[in-house]
Amino acid sequence: MQEHDMSWVRTEMVLAQPAPAGVTGFRAWVRKNLIASAGDTILTIVGIALVAMILPQIINWAFINAVWTGPDRTVCATVAQGGVQPDGWTGACWAFVNAKFGQFMVGRYPIEERWRPILVAILFVALLVPMLIPKVPRKGLNAILLFFVLPIVAFILLVGGMFGLPHVETSLWGGLLVTLSLSFVGIAVSLPLGIVLALGRRSKMPIIKTLCVVFIETVRGIPLITVLFFASVMLPLFLPEGVSFDKFLRALIGVSLFAAAYMAEVVRGGLQAIPKGQYEGADSLGLGYWQKMYFIVMPQALKLVIPGIVNTFIGMFKDTSLVIIISMFDLLGIVKQNFSDPNWATAQTARSGLIFAAFVFWLFCFGMSRYSMYTERRLDTGHKR
Amino acid sequence: MRGTGNGPGWELRSRGKKDQGLPLENREKGLWVMKHIAIGILGAATLGLVASAASATTLDTVKAKGFIQCGVSTGLAGFSAPDDKGDWQGIDADFCRAVAAAVFGDGTKVKFTPLSAKERFTALQSGEIDILSRNTTWTINRDTALGLNFIGVTYYDGQGFMINAKKLPGVNSALQLSGAAVCVQSGTTTELNLADYFKANKMEYNPVVFEKLEEVNAAYDAGRCDVYTTDQSGLYGIRLTLGSPADHVVLPEIISKEPLGPAVRQGDDQWYHIVKWTYFALLQAEELGITKANVDEMKNSASPEIKRVLGQEADTKIGTDLGVSNDWVVNIVKAVGNYGEMFERNVGSGSPLKIARGINALWTKGGLQYAPPIR
Repeated sequence: MQEHDMSWVRTEMVLAQPAPAGVTGFRAWVRKNLIASAGDTILTIVGIALVAMILPQIINWAFINAVWTGPDRTVCATVAQGGVQPDGWTGACWAFVNAKFGQFMVGRYPIEERWRPILVAILFVALLVPMLIPKVPRKGLNAILLFFVLPIVAFILLVGGMFGLPHVETSLWGGLLVTLSLSFVGIAVSLPLGIVLALGRRSKMPIIKTLCVVFIETVRGIPLITVLFFASVMLPLFLPEGVSFDKFLRALIGVSLFAAAYMAEVVRGGLQAIPKGQYEGADSLGLGYWQKMYFIVMPQALKLVIPGIVNTFIGMFKDTSLVIIISMFDLLGIVKQNFSDPNWATAQTARSGLIFAAFVFWLFCFGMSRYSMYTERRLDTGHKR
Repeated sequence: MRGTGNGPGWELRSRGKKDQGLPLENREKGLWVMKHIAIGILGAATLGLVASAASATTLDTVKAKGFIQCGVSTGLAGFSAPDDKGDWQGIDADFCRAVAAAVFGDGTKVKFTPLSAKERFTALQSGEIDILSRNTTWTINRDTALGLNFIGVTYYDGQGFMINAKKLPGVNSALQLSGAAVCVQSGTTTELNLADYFKANKMEYNPVVFEKLEEVNAAYDAGRCDVYTTDQSGLYGIRLTLGSPADHVVLPEIISKEPLGPAVRQGDDQWYHIVKWTYFALLQAEELGITKANVDEMKNSASPEIKRVLGQEADTKIGTDLGVSNDWVVNIVKAVGNYGEMFERNVGSGSPLKIARGINALWTKGGLQYAPPIR
């Protein structure tokens, strides 16, 4: 009888149950994402078929059949092509990339001096990585080292001609060294200069405003390739004989000013998105112009335009390849130049070299893109829309 | 020049001062004199400028800086292309080494400037480089209007044809190509020469035109056309990158003249002669059988001609008259070998390109390479 008196109210909570088998786990994922409808199923089958067709060949070409080391073209050519591989062989010629790797990294920088760009690269990484990780303290010191001390040290090390280091002309530089130094200087110069230009363009002072508008619109109106070409082909004819500007310096200035003009417009977009109340609020606190911009407006505006800024950086990183027009050889330029080496001329050389260059470019651009997304999330303080 | 230009100018001015305050007739004369003073000073200034620009000869500046600045291509197999270490290799690069050997006795005293086709002439005119050795075709326009002096032809090139022998069996002359699909780069003289050649021989053809050289290569390799036409030296390089090079044959016909040679600036005859005779010395060495390996033995040769060329004659002034040392030919051959060795090493049998000597053989062997006597 006592059983009848048992309370029908549970005295403890029901333990959390696993979700029904139909909505979790691999099977549910497959059902939801791959075969949810007849159309989806067809697309899935076509997709799998395509991957199954292409992927094995790519893996075969890039890894299994690939040649990793070798002295010259014979290792990457079939017997009919004058090499050692069996007829019908096709595979990546990483041996070409391997043999030319030093050149791809630093161009024709003298071999016995190559420790110098390597040392600069180590210093650069050692300063950049703590700069990028928010938890590491002493950001101020780090920034000063990275943006002011490192360029001077790098200049002394790379150019030489002092402290007993032999002089290395910039015409010998090439490869990733040129790509990275152009983009690092471009990024480091264009962001502050772009901010100043954007503020100048929104200024109420007519002369400053006109100057900024004229600069931005002129630079945006001319293709980069024209500026580089003019600097390299026309400038020497106007200068007196014997006076010459370093080609690399010309490219550096051209690329930096260019990126600055684009950056100015990106930043201006951010400034326009800040409501008037923010400016008025800052004014009512009695802040001066620069205080207002530094504490109130810029932190909000720059956060809004992070995608645009990174877009400009990535665009500039890839635009550095245009210096080929003034016979400076960035990574892509030096890879393509080495196709002309008859000791490595094979059917696979160009393909392998270009894929290598694409991979390096992708690595840097993807890195920048991921880091910008991370920064966006970190700075996202309740404005997510 | 500057002295004589200045002299009369000063004289006239002092005379002009004396004329002040004289009667009208004389004052007009004074104005006339003043006008001429101005012209005189301007003239003297111009002369002075010209004199100072011309006073430093290329040889002097080259010796002062200690190396020759040599303009090469941005990469052309066999002519100037970087090797694994990043050093420039090829006929054009070696020619600059030969000039350095003649001037300094050391073939390594060269710095190379890679130049695009657009930049090359400006670089020479502006003094950025001392020699342009960049597979450049010698034309009258470049010799006159552009202010260059070509020193000779280091490689006789010309437009040729390559065919896929599997698709066109039995073809061994370009005259049998009627009706063929021809791959060609657009907007080049190559395209125009092709049209002229087929029209002149009353043949039909089907042009397959591309903007970029890489596209032409890919199309030809994929079999979209039967014939590929470009400069013959280029055809050999392209053949190496094809899937099955053995199936492809370069036909013997050359349908255009592309004499490639180094050039220097006009207005410096001494430098022009040094570069020109370096080229002739390379040819002469081959003709006399002087090679990199035997040059030291050859110095003791019984032949008076060999002794003369190698500067072993007593009281010889051949080298010093040119502005270099008397053993300049020895230095050249030690640095790069003779012309034949240079050719075989870079584009001939010693290289993957395997280009036959053809018209680039010496005149004694039925080719066009001929050097005036060194005496």
